[in-house]
Amino acid sequence: MRISNKIKKGIRKAKSYKFLFEELVQRDFNQKYKRTILGMGWSILSPLLHLLVMKIVFTQFFGRGKNSLYYTTYLFSGNIMMSFYKEATKNGMSSLFKERRILQKINVPKYLFLLSKNVSAFVNFMLTLVVFFIFCFFDKIKFGPHMLMILYPISTLLIMNIGIGMILSALYVFFRDIQYLYDVFLTLLGYLSAIFYHVEDFNNVMIQRAFLLNPVYVMIKYVRVVVMECTIPSIEYHVLCAFYALFYLAIGLWIYKRYNHEFVYYL
Amino acid sequence: MSVIECNDVSIRYITGDLKAIGLKEFVVRKLSGNYHVEEFWADRHINFKLEKGEMLGIIGSNGAGKSTILKAISQILLPVEGTIKVNGTIAALLELTSGFDEDMTVKENAYLRGAMLGYTRQFMDERYREIIQFAELEKFEDYQFKQLSSGMRSRLAFSIACLVDPDVLILDEVLSVGDGAFREKSGNKMREILKKGITAILVSHSISQVRELCDKILWLDHGKQIAFGSDVEKLCDAYEEFLQTMKIPQSQADIDKLAADFKIRKEKEVKEQTSELRKMMGTVPEDEAYRAAIGFLKEKFPETLRDIDKLRD
Repeated sequence: MRISNKIKKGIRKAKSYKFLFEELVQRDFNQKYKRTILGMGWSILSPLLHLLVMKIVFTQFFGRGKNSLYYTTYLFSGNIMMSFYKEATKNGMSSLFKERRILQKINVPKYLFLLSKNVSAFVNFMLTLVVFFIFCFFDKIKFGPHMLMILYPISTLLIMNIGIGMILSALYVFFRDIQYLYDVFLTLLGYLSAIFYHVEDFNNVMIQRAFLLNPVYVMIKYVRVVVMECTIPSIEYHVLCAFYALFYLAIGLWIYKRYNHEFVYYL
Repeated sequence: MSVIECNDVSIRYITGDLKAIGLKEFVVRKLSGNYHVEEFWADRHINFKLEKGEMLGIIGSNGAGKSTILKAISQILLPVEGTIKVNGTIAALLELTSGFDEDMTVKENAYLRGAMLGYTRQFMDERYREIIQFAELEKFEDYQFKQLSSGMRSRLAFSIACLVDPDVLILDEVLSVGDGAFREKSGNKMREILKKGITAILVSHSISQVRELCDKILWLDHGKQIAFGSDVEKLCDAYEEFLQTMKIPQSQADIDKLAADFKIRKEKEVKEQTSELRKMMGTVPEDEAYRAAIGFLKEKFPETLRDIDKLRD
């Protein structure tokens, strides 16, 4: 009797969390797309404009891409992965603090707010991915079943985004200026992720190795290998991607568990 | 088995430099030894038990720790010492007008709020009509939230919140929502919910409400538990007297004395008022006396007189 009651309550709880999650996703979706005239079109247009600027700047002014095949695809793949990371973590960062009024009064699972931000960033990313494939087509990239493998780095990036979002959203509750510091960090990360240059340009092997410390770069590299070289990266790449994703997720989960009841003092 | 059991609960707040200082400032202060955090006991050694169907009124002046203990019961805060046991589901009825999304419609916001309060979609689908009707917002369903007045907002917030069907209901200063007509309606709704034999906790600055509704009283002052008991009348009397004298009672005898003083003072007041009224009535013609009396009463008992005004209109 008792146990069945507990199960019933558990199911009800799960249902209400699912309901809340759906409503939050819908709200974030509305906030993102309904409020601009272009709506969803902007999600597609924005990375295209970025690409256009980068392509012009780096091929015309810096003379890059002359001796590399598929430079457009190279730029674009780095760009979309990076913007996915940026959007998910930046929106995730403020997700807890924005709901402070609610969190002070109602005991709701806090991670739902973060997850819904990640869902909307992911949907946005998938839209740009479609545009990416169209460009691949024009760049005469070979399509095949191996393309499906890019789902692997995408899912590890998704998991890592959630983990880092958890860490940042917690930090943001404690230290409000983290957003400015993180902006600076993101600029640095953007330059260190080999989006417009090639790591092979560095003659020093140690420097080339050092790039592997950057999780976003590792995942971008994975996508590029699959798309541009039509091969599946080595097992080490798989392990590294999975390691980064789970590492940050574990830290995030730990922080949320540890500080779950302390956030409210700072909100 | 008690529904709520608070055993020697103490809750600590941290205040000081931590709020609203950034990471840079934090590092600088930490290095220069200027970082100070103060601990602050919002509640100290709170003990009470609540049985099924009972209604607890928590009284105390501002900063007494009333809201903090509610947060601990609804598991937003963890007590540093002691334990809180709650058997059943808790719902907090909050007149919480923030947290709505300005650009979403009334309907979308209603669903979002329902979801935050832990309802299921099926439940919201069933009860949505009722919510909108109760909030008197039928014509505004598809309006954006920013187009609503603050009265409409709080009506919606209240209507969603009062659909609850929990084992324990927490009421934090919610019985005074909206304008006169809606206030009456919401008051009636509250009483209806409470009549179902729900266990409830009420925090209110209106002592007459506490007298009317509660069967047990928890009196807090600056985080200390002054009294807990089921003698509602005596405790409320003592509390009202305390609000006049501001002397914190140290023992049961002090409380008895305060309550007794209150009785004496009230009697005296009534006598004074009666004689004052008589004087007024005696010296002037009849309708002038009537008007003077009403004016006098309005000044002394504004709450009661407001209802009379409504009746006359």
